[in-house]
Amino acid sequence: MAKEELTIGKKVKEEITESQLAPGHKACSGCGLALAARTVMNTAGKDVIVTAATGCLEVFSTSYPQSAWKMPWIHSLFENSAAIAAGVEVALIALGREKEAKIIAQGGDGATADIGIGCLSGMFERGHNILYVCYDNEAYMNTGVQRSGLTPFEAWTSTSPSGRVSWGNQTDKKNMPAIAAAHGIPYVATASIAYLKDLEKKVEKALNIVGPKYLQVHCPCPLGWAHEPHDTIKVAKLAVQTGLIPIYEMENGVITSVRKITLKKPVEEYLKLQGRFKHLFRKEGFEEELKRIQAMADENIKKFNLM
Amino acid sequence: MRKVIEGSMAVAEAVKVCRPHVISAYPITPQTHIVENLSQFVADGELKSQFINVESEFGAASVVLGASATGARAYSTTTAQGLLLMVEVLFNIAGLRLPVVITCANRAVSAPINIWNDQQDAMTVRDSGLILLFAEDNQEAADMHLQAFKIGEHPEIMLPVMVNMDGFILTHAFEPIELIDQKMADEFLPPYKPELYLTTKNPLTFGILAEPDWYLESRYRLQKAIEASADMIEEVANKFNKTFGRYSGGLVENYRLDGAETAVVSMGSVVGTIKEVVDELRDKGKKVGVLKIRSYRPFPKKAVYDALKNVKNVIVIEKAISLGASGMLYDDIKAALYGKPTQPKVSGFIAGLGGRDIPKESIVKVIEKGETSIVENGFVDLKESAIGGGGK
Amino acid sequence: MPKPEGTVSKPGSSKAYKTGAWRTKRPIFKQIKCNDCRICVAVCPDGVVFGANNKYWADLDYCKGCGICAEECPVKDIDMIVEVK
Repeated sequence: MAKEELTIGKKVKEEITESQLAPGHKACSGCGLALAARTVMNTAGKDVIVTAATGCLEVFSTSYPQSAWKMPWIHSLFENSAAIAAGVEVALIALGREKEAKIIAQGGDGATADIGIGCLSGMFERGHNILYVCYDNEAYMNTGVQRSGLTPFEAWTSTSPSGRVSWGNQTDKKNMPAIAAAHGIPYVATASIAYLKDLEKKVEKALNIVGPKYLQVHCPCPLGWAHEPHDTIKVAKLAVQTGLIPIYEMENGVITSVRKITLKKPVEEYLKLQGRFKHLFRKEGFEEELKRIQAMADENIKKFNLM
Repeated sequence: MRKVIEGSMAVAEAVKVCRPHVISAYPITPQTHIVENLSQFVADGELKSQFINVESEFGAASVVLGASATGARAYSTTTAQGLLLMVEVLFNIAGLRLPVVITCANRAVSAPINIWNDQQDAMTVRDSGLILLFAEDNQEAADMHLQAFKIGEHPEIMLPVMVNMDGFILTHAFEPIELIDQKMADEFLPPYKPELYLTTKNPLTFGILAEPDWYLESRYRLQKAIEASADMIEEVANKFNKTFGRYSGGLVENYRLDGAETAVVSMGSVVGTIKEVVDELRDKGKKVGVLKIRSYRPFPKKAVYDALKNVKNVIVIEKAISLGASGMLYDDIKAALYGKPTQPKVSGFIAGLGGRDIPKESIVKVIEKGETSIVENGFVDLKESAIGGGGK
Repeated sequence: MPKPEGTVSKPGSSKAYKTGAWRTKRPIFKQIKCNDCRICVAVCPDGVVFGANNKYWADLDYCKGCGICAEECPVKDIDMIVEVK
């Protein structure tokens, strides 16, 4: 795509350039994760070195000999994105190249909250100057929608399916932002692809803070959540508007900003758009389960002062 | 300068003069003194390295992977359980063609837990693409580290190297060591300058997904690289000899094999004991010699055949076993002799597991057994009273 | 060829794969009510919506036809039509 400079009404001149995550990658049609990653990378700019864990993001973007990434990028294993990034950071320091690039480590919810939590904790604890972005699509999507530590209460996944005697996943999301904050890192935030400007602001803010930063971005997955591809952003918005996914920032362990819910939505409106929750509208006794989920949403609203 | 120091200190001193940019390791007995010495060097400003204490061996291997990919010279060290924990990363480092150097203070693997020496840990990673070197004594161990960086970092090789030294037996033994002078080390081992590394000046994607159309060739290239490293190992050992005046590397060592009817093959510190036994037997008129394997991967098939072709009895003594089959070194030696014009008789013995002492008398008995029969998986000094009945 | 070959990929080389072949629906930018909000540009997961001055389009070499741009357009100026070849 050719680069052109244009004036847009009252808006500032903008250049038409390609994303730092180039098209031609094999993400599903309507992929929330691809949107999140593209937004993060475009905000971060060219002077970054990026690591990624095994998962959808890495698999759909680096099928040899093609790569969608336009910055220096490395993938090693499923659980060590944070540790690889730590190695990159100390190498730059040792080689006198710290000014060359900022470092962003990426991982899905599986790589972050489950198999990679040890390496992540070590990176936080040692105080590396790295922004860690967790793309939370609430299951191990790349391997076939298996349950992760960030799979929400009573979502269907292939390893926590609903069935004759089961309502699906029986635990709620592991509180990764709290775990990150407990390490004493300077910046922790949650975001959603529902609010892209908010995401951009948080990426920019984080990259200007020295030390470990944790950003968890909620990304609907049309395939794994079984919703229409065109509903990706609508679903993301509803997740926030119900209170199930609170959007907030923590600086040095204290919540400093919260995205208020202007128009509260009942959890049903969010859940009914997704096939992974359809058992919540069919199985005998579903009304009780919906009440429990509504109570969780209300609890969040209270806890984070979302209204 | 010659100094009486602990084996771990000899290694730490050698690593120091290699000027690694990044060191990351997790403490585990009996490797601990190596990392502790290195961290003291850094703390005293003697070594300008980024010394990263990590949350696990997996983290350590990952940190050195990331550092090496960014263009830094990186080092780690571990043993047994730690090595097993980082196995996934080791295969990854080799596949990514990063010349990291790792010291393994060889130790037995759990279960049951045992902190003393055998070589089961290193043998477990023989398929990984790592170059595996085994040291007989602490001087060799120290010298091998300089050579390891040089071998691995060569643009035609670009492979990780593991220097193996027997835990406690070598790591904790005090011996006189010729320390390596920094200036001479700098001349022998210039700075690491890879062609491809993570930098905004030349953005590249590392760690790609290779579908069935591409993966086979990448493993072929890896095999070719590790085969080519055999010549490089010899070349570097010769260069080291020229610079420092001692031949402390290479693929194998032939000890008194001229005219030998029996050859004992082994790796690591037990070779020292075997050499003493062989000297005593030679004094008695027996025609016996030792083949020391220094490079286990790449496996020096040609050097092994050349050394053993005229021998009648080959006796392999090793400190590991591939459970369900036989000793790995035993199998590799047999394979090197297979189909060749002369076929020595080969016996294999498993000794010293879990730090069990291998006295000279036991080696004499092993040689007698190997000369008079063909033995496979002969467990040396097995305590009959401790093995119970019928496979329990 | 720098050593070692076959282990790294060139940046942005994914463009060689034309994902436009995947789609069954295509966005039509009607340009009737467009007010340059650029939400369509921002929300495309593949980043293939371009334009300015009330004139926007999707790069059909790569557009997967997900329909998010049409769904999110605040003035409903984008239609998704079934693509017939």
